[in-house]
Amino acid sequence: MSYLAFLGSIELGLIYSVMALGVFISYRTLNTPDLTVDGSFVLGAATAAVLISGGGSPFWAILIAFAAGCAAGCVTALLNTKLRIQPLISSILVMLALYSVNLRVMGGRANIHLMNTPSIYHLFAETALAGFSKLVVAAISMLIILLLLYFFLNTRLGFALRATGDNEVMVRAAGIDSNQMKILGLALANGLVAASGAMIAQYQSYADAGMGVGMVVIGLASVIIGEVIFGVKPLWRRLLAVVLGSILYRLIIAFALGRGMPATDLKLVSAVIVAVALSAGSFKDGLRKQLSRLPYFQKRVLYHD
Amino acid sequence: MIKITGLTKIFDKGTINEKTALDNINLTLAEGEFVTVIGGNGAGKSTLLNCIAGVHPVDAGQIVLNSVDVTEMPEHKRSRWLGRVFQDPALGTAFDMTIEENLAIAYCKNKRRGLQPGLRRHEQQYFREQLALLGLGLENRLKDKVSLLSGGQRQALTVLMATIVQPKLLLLDEHTAALDPLTARKVLALTKQLVAENKLSTLMITHNMKEALEVGSRTIMMHNGKIILDLQGAERAELTVEKLIALFEERSGAYLANDRLLLN
Repeated sequence: MSYLAFLGSIELGLIYSVMALGVFISYRTLNTPDLTVDGSFVLGAATAAVLISGGGSPFWAILIAFAAGCAAGCVTALLNTKLRIQPLISSILVMLALYSVNLRVMGGRANIHLMNTPSIYHLFAETALAGFSKLVVAAISMLIILLLLYFFLNTRLGFALRATGDNEVMVRAAGIDSNQMKILGLALANGLVAASGAMIAQYQSYADAGMGVGMVVIGLASVIIGEVIFGVKPLWRRLLAVVLGSILYRLIIAFALGRGMPATDLKLVSAVIVAVALSAGSFKDGLRKQLSRLPYFQKRVLYHD
Repeated sequence: MIKITGLTKIFDKGTINEKTALDNINLTLAEGEFVTVIGGNGAGKSTLLNCIAGVHPVDAGQIVLNSVDVTEMPEHKRSRWLGRVFQDPALGTAFDMTIEENLAIAYCKNKRRGLQPGLRRHEQQYFREQLALLGLGLENRLKDKVSLLSGGQRQALTVLMATIVQPKLLLLDEHTAALDPLTARKVLALTKQLVAENKLSTLMITHNMKEALEVGSRTIMMHNGKIILDLQGAERAELTVEKLIALFEERSGAYLANDRLLLN
């Protein structure tokens, strides 16, 4: 692997790790498979591209993309909690709807190129760090988001959110509105995903309606690779593991591409990586432990007594 | 204190599986009263507790808690006055969070949940003291995940969580039934101690008739969604398990063919 490919992988890994942290919130913290991600990632990228090509600030573009992602997550959560549609189906519906919404955001175009526009990655272009401007900006943004997320998950509200994914019965018994927590969690998750999309759009200087396909799988891959290799406790290590998993995923892809894998096979490889990583997790835990834990995971219906 | 009038709950109404789980239940609990609830499977015991807790909407009747009509109130809102412990030790705690985090969640029951730190140092100290009272050594394991605890330890922790903010009514749904006999006895002793210290009004479902008569100050027996026996005072003090069974058969007109109830 060339030095440039290596550097590029680290940069991409850092930026995509923000998306992966979003997937971590929905998949691990809330225990919900959320496919909204495929749509909200593009929503973030499209929002940012439109704003920036219209002369907007690249920083504000990320914040507004975050808000747009939050809105998308809210819709998924509301379909689930208010209309009682299964979470997975809710997210598929919103993902599909977002495809049209994203095209509308982009004014009917399938892609927007950002030529000679400002981006957050130019921040250090005039300084001594010029050669690593992208890397530094990506690392700083990731760190800020990681720290904010860590502190949030350790607030009273964050505790309530985490417990909701664990045990809704207990959460309601503790006076917490579990539906509200699901809305908050999915909003936050998709907000992060969209922010990541906005950062990627600036990084590669374009937004494309199809850039989100399989994004949730990449997020899952990052989360699971991180867990398998870097462990699952305590919380700060889990979050850091997601970031490292995201970087590792990019390195694996870059390595495969460097070995002559056609870029069109990328999605296939992503799916295989996730399948392998998921099964590796179950082997690592050991079959015995899995079995001994089973009784506690069986949701029993006790209420007909 | 708590007043239930005409409470009726029908599952799968209008279908072939229609079942009247609660049939016009009237029950009043005085402040600090400890009531044990017995009855066979399908008698309506758990449904009664779940209706009080707001898990199920009711079909008719009224539930008044502390002079507030909570009949239509969503589950999480009335939780502020209730403490609940479930039969399944997995239901009372968040297994992927630490002991202190679980206690913090329970401790914030009536507080606003915003961006304040989830755990403060003085709270940690308080949790350590409270855990020490359980006598299970959990005070040294504040940072352990609950998934590492045994069923009995989890139930003990859940009882503490249910009472750490004093509830107006404690609902115990066979909370010792899933434990081995020795652990069950420990958890029950702990429950009695906490109830006595805080003078809590309590509704406890049990399958153990002996326990039902020994624990608390009043016993009600349910059958087919009705309360068929309500015993307290001298009448209850003189009762033995054998007499209780005879009373049950007399009142319900049914033969008490329930191994779980009899063998205990």
